[in-house]
Amino acid sequence: MSLDWMAWTLPTALFFLIILLMICGMLVWELVSPTVERKGFLGFPTTRGTRFFIGLLGTGYIHLAWLGLTDLSLWMALPISAVWIFVAMRWG
Amino acid sequence: MEKWENNKAWFLVLPVFLIVAFSAIIPLMTVVNYSVQDIFGPGNAVFVGTEWFEEVLRDTRLHDALGRQFLFSGLVLLIEIPLGILVALAMPKRGWGVSASLITLALPLLIPWNVIGTIWIIFTRPDIGLFGVAVNGLDLLSVPFDHTARPIYAWITLMAMEVWHWTPLVALLCYAGLRAIPEAYYQAAKIDGASALAVFRYIQLPKMRGVLTIAVLLRFMDSFLIYAEPFALTGGGPGNTTTFLSIYLVKIAVGQFDLGPAAAFSLIYFLIVLLLSFIFYQVLLNVGKGEKR
Repeated sequence: MSLDWMAWTLPTALFFLIILLMICGMLVWELVSPTVERKGFLGFPTTRGTRFFIGLLGTGYIHLAWLGLTDLSLWMALPISAVWIFVAMRWG
Repeated sequence: MEKWENNKAWFLVLPVFLIVAFSAIIPLMTVVNYSVQDIFGPGNAVFVGTEWFEEVLRDTRLHDALGRQFLFSGLVLLIEIPLGILVALAMPKRGWGVSASLITLALPLLIPWNVIGTIWIIFTRPDIGLFGVAVNGLDLLSVPFDHTARPIYAWITLMAMEVWHWTPLVALLCYAGLRAIPEAYYQAAKIDGASALAVFRYIQLPKMRGVLTIAVLLRFMDSFLIYAEPFALTGGGPGNTTTFLSIYLVKIAVGQFDLGPAAAFSLIYFLIVLLLSFIFYQVLLNVGKGEKR
């Protein structure tokens, strides 16, 4: 099967690989210590998976906002996103 | 609830996962790949980084289309959900009327979407359409009704079509929700001397939460992604006044064959739908939970 039509590039391949690894990490984490539903600053009950989803979704929006609203390097949005994921996972 | 030791049943989900992988995940990955490249043809693509995203994010026509899309979906939810509940409440509960009203309601849902657009074109035509001729015959409007002439007319026609097409779905879902309420609740309400409004507020509405969740989610997503009906009816016009996100997207992707910007656009579109659906889902999941405690 040829995958030419998918037009893979190294950056997008790394992007999906990292997301896949994060999901696998979440799976291992879940097996080691199952999540407990709780309520954080988001105001509704969340499990670890929900917070992970919110973290990733927020990352997408942070990067888009960075692109759309500033002319600065997109790399600067990455640490902000990392902090956001941490905050969402820890206190969300 | 009993916890099962054996979780092998999860493997039965595997076929669905494979189908979803081919129908959704792989195409989505391809769109991500396309969004960072300028594609001239098979095997002839140049990596351009985030250029398309920047271009699309600063495109004022996209902002306008997004605004129209929110207006459209907002109106759809505001009209169809209450109207669907009212229709469901008014439907007969037993006898031949049940089948008759169910079939009548289901009819618009069975018609192909592009045919719906065509039906409404003919229905509202000012020369031969029943609605067009009737409204213009009353001679109330300063400008004769023609959905190609004025943006407001195009919007009225679109909303009428959308409401006619999809309110039955909301009504059918609500009807199913209402039928599932045990008779004992109504008997208890009768003993307490509850008014019809109280019965609706404290019995019917909370019991319909599940089906309303599905109705709101389905109607929001379908209306946010709407393409065939407005494409057939107005084609996005007059001007750009009914150009919704998907119509604009198809114009870029197929009309101009700009796959890169179209892919970037699709991903932003996808993120918006994902966020809004998640919020709707959480709100409807958690609403009324506090009352039980």
